[in-house]
Amino acid sequence: MARSAKAVPWFLFAAGGTVLSFILPVMIFTTGIAPALGLFTDALSYDTMSAFVGNWLVKLVLFGILTLACWHAAHRLRVCAHDFGIRADTAVAVILYGLATVGTATAALALVSI
Amino acid sequence: MSERTIELEVLRYRPEQDQEPFFQTYKVPCEEEWVVLDALNYVKEEMDRTLSYRWSCHMFVCGSCGMMIDGEPKLACKAFLKDYPTGKIRVEPLSNFPIERDLVVVLDDFVEKLESVKPYIIPKEERTVEQGEYLQTPAQLKAFKQYTLCINCLCCYAVCPQYGLDESFVGPAALALAHRYNMDSRDLGRAARDDVVAAAEGIWHCSFVGACSQVCPKDVDPAGAIQQAKFAHGIDYLTSFLPGGKR
Ligand code: SF4
Ligand code: SF4
Ligand code: FES
Repeated sequence: MARSAKAVPWFLFAAGGTVLSFILPVMIFTTGIAPALGLFTDALSYDTMSAFVGNWLVKLVLFGILTLACWHAAHRLRVCAHDFGIRADTAVAVILYGLATVGTATAALALVSI
Repeated sequence: MSERTIELEVLRYRPEQDQEPFFQTYKVPCEEEWVVLDALNYVKEEMDRTLSYRWSCHMFVCGSCGMMIDGEPKLACKAFLKDYPTGKIRVEPLSNFPIERDLVVVLDDFVEKLESVKPYIIPKEERTVEQGEYLQTPAQLKAFKQYTLCINCLCCYAVCPQYGLDESFVGPAALALAHRYNMDSRDLGRAARDDVVAAAEGIWHCSFVGACSQVCPKDVDPAGAIQQAKFAHGIDYLTSFLPGGKR
């Protein structure tokens, strides 16, 4: 049977797309737009937020969101590069998935250090 | 019935006499309720017998009249003139295929791909006529029925960016048809189709732009079929590393 390892980035891409389309707008609103409008200022204070993110379950969820965002973007950019006529697919894949790996590691380190 | 003159700009190319394709304009007296195919038929019958194009049913079932109409792949028998109020319509052969003659394109590549996905039932069990028909529940029928509606008009290939970039891609209609048989409860041919379907040039080449589903005149939704297949084959791939997984 022909099997293609393309399944792996595709799963991360598809899961990322699904999760992000629901969660990212909410995150942008609650952490970006709402405070600028003067909403949720108490809930978003440093003390409340660091206590919130200090919870392991929250860390795990955030890790999932951040990681999937990286892999989703990496795979989409790889396909875009192909669409723009860049045919060095292996190099593009190595660079972009490499960046996604860096993103994954950074997210893990940042969350663990909170 | 009211009449209207349409300026039909048709891409012409007769390999034995034309260096390269060029546009020829016909001023065609049309009835209000005509479709583009009627206008082409008028040209062929009354104005210029040398014009070549494919058609047969005039009722969106044979799939032979797919062509670019004002830059979009459509069935000429389903493209109503009243939807082109400017009175100027540009007709070209389907994009992404070599031109055989005028509006006729070379279909060999597609036919090869269609054959390669084994678009027929590879039965689970051979039954004799005496044993009667294979029974299916409405739910089993629903799993694949939509994908049976394809008429091979190739509008989806004409608009697919991945096929345009790299014609090794098996492409929307053939992959949707493979999915149609894979989803059929009477069929056991998935493993035999996988060499083509699950390869890199198969489903994984599709970037899910969804253009194919947008232009499909029969609402087949090939993009949806391909994503479902990606999911199924992705699971195959991941579970193949587990003990007892398919290899
Ligand atoms: S999937 Fe739709 S657009 Fe593609 S060949 Fe079949 S009927 Fe035509
Ligand atoms: S969804 Fe896939 S098959 Fe359909 S047009 Fe886009 S790339 Fe082509
Ligand atoms: S002539 Fe048959 S589909 Fe248009």
